[in-house]
Amino acid sequence: MEQLTQFSATELARMIAGLIGVIALVSVNALFLIWMERKVAAHMQLRPGPMEVGPHGAIQTIADAVKLLGKELITPEEVDRPIYLLAPIVVFLPVLLCFLVVPFSQSLIIRDMNVGIVLILAFSTLTVLAILMGGWASNNKYAVFGAFRSVAQNIAYEIPLLLTVMSIILMVGSFRLTDIVAAQSRYWYIFVQPLAFILYIICATAETNRTPFDLPEAESELVAGFHTEYSGMRFALFFLAEYTNMFIVSAVGAVLFLGGWRGPILPGIFWFLIKVYALIFLIMWFRWTFPRVRFDQLITFAWKILIPLAFANLLITALVLKL
Amino acid sequence: MLIDYLPVLIYMLIAVGLVGVIVLLSELLGKKRHTPAKDMPYECGMDPIGDARHRYTVRFYVIAMFFVVFDIEAIFLYPWAVIFKSLGWFGFVEMLVFIGILVVGLVYVWGKGALEWE
Repeated sequence: MEQLTQFSATELARMIAGLIGVIALVSVNALFLIWMERKVAAHMQLRPGPMEVGPHGAIQTIADAVKLLGKELITPEEVDRPIYLLAPIVVFLPVLLCFLVVPFSQSLIIRDMNVGIVLILAFSTLTVLAILMGGWASNNKYAVFGAFRSVAQNIAYEIPLLLTVMSIILMVGSFRLTDIVAAQSRYWYIFVQPLAFILYIICATAETNRTPFDLPEAESELVAGFHTEYSGMRFALFFLAEYTNMFIVSAVGAVLFLGGWRGPILPGIFWFLIKVYALIFLIMWFRWTFPRVRFDQLITFAWKILIPLAFANLLITALVLKL
Repeated sequence: MLIDYLPVLIYMLIAVGLVGVIVLLSELLGKKRHTPAKDMPYECGMDPIGDARHRYTVRFYVIAMFFVVFDIEAIFLYPWAVIFKSLGWFGFVEMLVFIGILVVGLVYVWGKGALEWE
């Protein structure tokens, strides 16, 4: 009991401070990423993008966010009210929980847990539940189609993702994210596991529903996909979760393959953020490089190419480690 | 042991509260003006035809079944992966057999054409 009281005072403070930090990061990151997405898209198409609000349109997204806050929350009549209202909360919660174990630098981590990577993988899977809840409860044809596609896609790409991450775990022998970074003191794992990195980036793009795997919300066929019936702040939560998921998959990618916070001269946090945003830029680049895949291509690509490759990579890693 | 996860629970509860407050606030702040057309499900401006929850293709079930098999397999592999270095060759061969059986399953499913969407 004494242990409990002693622990709770400091731990509680750490948790609250951590959560405030995470909320700040999530909001600033989303505002920045939306602006970045627009600018990257614009410059790749040789146009300037948003320019009016602030220098180079830098505070355009803040204006948009304020507008969203004041918007009316429309709840259509035929929805399953409890599930419909719960979905935006369920989609946003795992996103906040994933940050619990993300190591921004040597010491800048809310809680360094020995199950770190498993915790992130477990919580990020909950997103698909929220998408199904939102899509099904909306009672809208586009939303239901979007939700079905999203579930099929997310579970298909979950397996190669798990197997790819496992090949890194084999080399480190620990789930702790700080251990994974520490194991890369001599070389980054991207150099010894290039295939794993490629597989990871493909799966991460699919898991975050980004182009070329953005079938769940393909604008030209499904209006807005699973969040067609959401408006105002509820829509904003889906949107926030989507952009924060991009940050999380890139952060995990940076930890697993790019040596996390390691780098010369600059403090660790800067290196970590540089690597994360470089990976995010890569994912944004994909959007303007590859056309959207067909649904049958999407599923067969995961089962016939990615899963056998991930198995092969895992077994070769295990064999090399044993030799 | 389990007390290590108490902070996660605390963090989760605070997070739930916070997200709840965000949703509640916007519920209170936004205006509310109902019209019959606005309360209808969106269907490109037309009146919705029938219910949205149609029967859907059986292939989704097939994919979900494969997922359960392979996901559980991945869960079994994780504990193995973390102690792999101390297991020796026996651990390697054992997992080779385990993965081998699954790969045979994948090849069988592939050959049966269950992975084709058409």
